[in-house]
Amino acid sequence: MKLITSPNIAEADGIYETLIALHAGRSEEDSMVVNARLILLLINHIGDVEAVEEAIRHASGKEDL
Amino acid sequence: MGEASLVQWRERVPVWREKEASPLPAGAPREKAQIVIVGTGPVGLAQAIDLGQRGHDVIVLGRFDFVPLGSKAICFSKRSLDILDRLGVGEKAVERGVVWNAGKVFWKDEREPVYQFDMLPVKNQKMPGFINIQQYHLEDILLDRAGKLPNIDIRWGHEVTGVEPGHTDVGVSVSSAAGDYRIDAEWLIACDGNKSTVRDLLGLDFDGRVFEDNFLIADIRMKGERPSERWFWFDPPFNPGQSVLLHKQPDDVWRIDFQLGWNIDREACVRPENVDPLIHAMLGPDVEYEPEWYSVYTFQCRRMARFVHGRVLFAGDSAHLVSPFGARGCNGGFADIDNLGWKLDLVLRGEADTELLESYNIEAVATADENILNSTRSTDFITPKSKVSAIFRDAVLELARTFPFARSFVNSGRLSTAVCYPDGPLNTPDRDDWHGSGVVPGSPALDAPLEDGWLLERLGERFVLLSNGDPGLDVPDVELLDVSGIAHNELLLERYGLCTGAATLIRPDQYVAARWTSPDAAAVGEAVARAKGAKMP
Repeated sequence: MKLITSPNIAEADGIYETLIALHAGRSEEDSMVVNARLILLLINHIGDVEAVEEAIRHASGKEDL
Repeated sequence: MGEASLVQWRERVPVWREKEASPLPAGAPREKAQIVIVGTGPVGLAQAIDLGQRGHDVIVLGRFDFVPLGSKAICFSKRSLDILDRLGVGEKAVERGVVWNAGKVFWKDEREPVYQFDMLPVKNQKMPGFINIQQYHLEDILLDRAGKLPNIDIRWGHEVTGVEPGHTDVGVSVSSAAGDYRIDAEWLIACDGNKSTVRDLLGLDFDGRVFEDNFLIADIRMKGERPSERWFWFDPPFNPGQSVLLHKQPDDVWRIDFQLGWNIDREACVRPENVDPLIHAMLGPDVEYEPEWYSVYTFQCRRMARFVHGRVLFAGDSAHLVSPFGARGCNGGFADIDNLGWKLDLVLRGEADTELLESYNIEAVATADENILNSTRSTDFITPKSKVSAIFRDAVLELARTFPFARSFVNSGRLSTAVCYPDGPLNTPDRDDWHGSGVVPGSPALDAPLEDGWLLERLGERFVLLSNGDPGLDVPDVELLDVSGIAHNELLLERYGLCTGAATLIRPDQYVAARWTSPDAAAVGEAVARAKGAKMP
C-alpha cells in the first residue's frame, strides 16, 4: 500500500474550500478542464506510479479494477 | 487465372517500376525448395537477402509484376538502418534518404513547439536516429542487392493460391500468367502484408482493434526549404480540431497526414479538389505543388496469436499491424526478419533444433506487443475517444507550454526503437555485478566508434565475444573480438562497462546474449548453447 489513506493534511477545511472556490462560476466543461490540469499536476508531484494507480483504483469505486 | 488477377491488381495499385513477369520455373509443374518467401515488399526482400547472404537458396514469390507506388512506409529507424547495414545496403539507404533526428510538436497556431524530441540521444553511432525514404526507393535498393546474390530467385507475377502444411514440408500452389505449378518447400515465410494470402488460406486469426478515425495521406512534390524534422500539429488552424503530420522525403516529396474524423465520404476526400484546400490552408494560397499520391486510411492494431505455425512462419504486417504513428510497421517487420534469419539458418545447418524457432515466436510477439501498445497509446492521445479524454489531452498540451513535466505526456507517436527482451529465453542472466553499467542480456548491441569505423560493422552473422583483453578461451562457433589493442575503443569500453578481462557475448542479430566480468570457457559455451535454443521448453 503506497497510497496514504489516513489523515495527512492539517488544514482539511481550508484546502477543501480552495478546491471548491476553484470551480465557482465555471461551466461544467470548464470545471472538467481545470480538474484535468489539477490531476496532472498532482500526479507528477506524487511521482509514484503505484500510489497513483492505487488512487485511481479507489476513485473508480471498483477495487478489482 | 493468374493473368486475370494481375489485371485486377493493376486497376487498384499504382505502379512505380515495371518488372517483367517471370516465366514458369524449370522445375514446374512440381519442384522442391528449401525456403519460399511470399511477398516482394521490403520485409520479404530483406528476409531473402538475410538468408541469401548466409548461403541458402531462396525463392521469393510476388503477386505483382511491378514495384508499387502509393502511400507506404517512409520512416526507417536507426535499428532498421543497422539491420540494413548488415544486409549490405545501410549506407546506400542513408545516402538516398533524408536524415533526421529531431521531432517537434506544435499546438494550435503557436510558432514555438510545445514539445521536442531527439531520436538519437546517444551520439557517436554509425547510423542516424531516422531516415525518411519512399518505400519504393528502398525496394529498389533491396532489389539491387538481392540481384547480386545468385541464390535468390525472385518471381514476379507469381501468386500463392494454396498452402498445404505438412510435417516435413509445405505444399505451395502458385499461379502465374505462364501457368500454375507447385513448390514443396521446407520452410514458408509469409511476408505478404496485412491482407496476407497465406494467413487467409490457412484460416488463421488476426485479432485486434479498429480505430474509428480516418486519415488522409497526401504525398506531394514541392520545392521549398524546410528543416529535415518531423513536425506534428495538434488542432492547428489549418485543420481545426484534428491533427496534421509533416515529413520530408527525398526528391522534394513531402508527406502530409491530415486527420479527418470518422463520418466522412472516403472516396470524395482523396479527390484533388478536396485535398487542395487543406494543403493551401496549411502551406499558403500560393504554394505550388504536384500530387504524387493521395489515399485515406483507417488505423488498426492487430496481431496473430502466434507467428510460428509449424513450417509456416509469419513476419511483418502479415503477423502484426499497427497505426502509423510511431513508424512501427515496416520497422517492426525488419525486426522480425532480423530475429528469424539467423535462427532459421542454424536450424537449416543442423546446428540448432527447430525449437529455436519458438524463440522467434516469443521475441517477435514481444516486439509486436510493445509496438501495438505504443501505437495504441499514441492513437488514443492523438484521437481522443471521449470528451473527457479530449479534455485531458488539451490539459497536457496547455500545461506543456509552461511546465516541463507535462511535455513527457505529449504523445504524437513514440517512434520506433529497438525492442529489448529482458526475459528472453535465449538470455543468460548476469552472474556478476555490473553496477548498472553496460548493455544487459536481451538488449540490442549499442554502436560505438572503433578504429576508423564502428563496432556494429564487426558484429552480426555469427556469435561474437566482445572482450577487453584476450580471455584465452577457445569456444566453438564463437569469434573473439578483443578490442583492448584497437584504437578509439574508449567509448565502446564505457558503453559496455568492460573492465580488463570482461566480455560480452553478442548474437548473430547483434543482440547481447550474456556477459561476464571474467569469462570461462564452460560459461561461454553454455551461454552459446542456450542462445541456440538448448534450454527452450
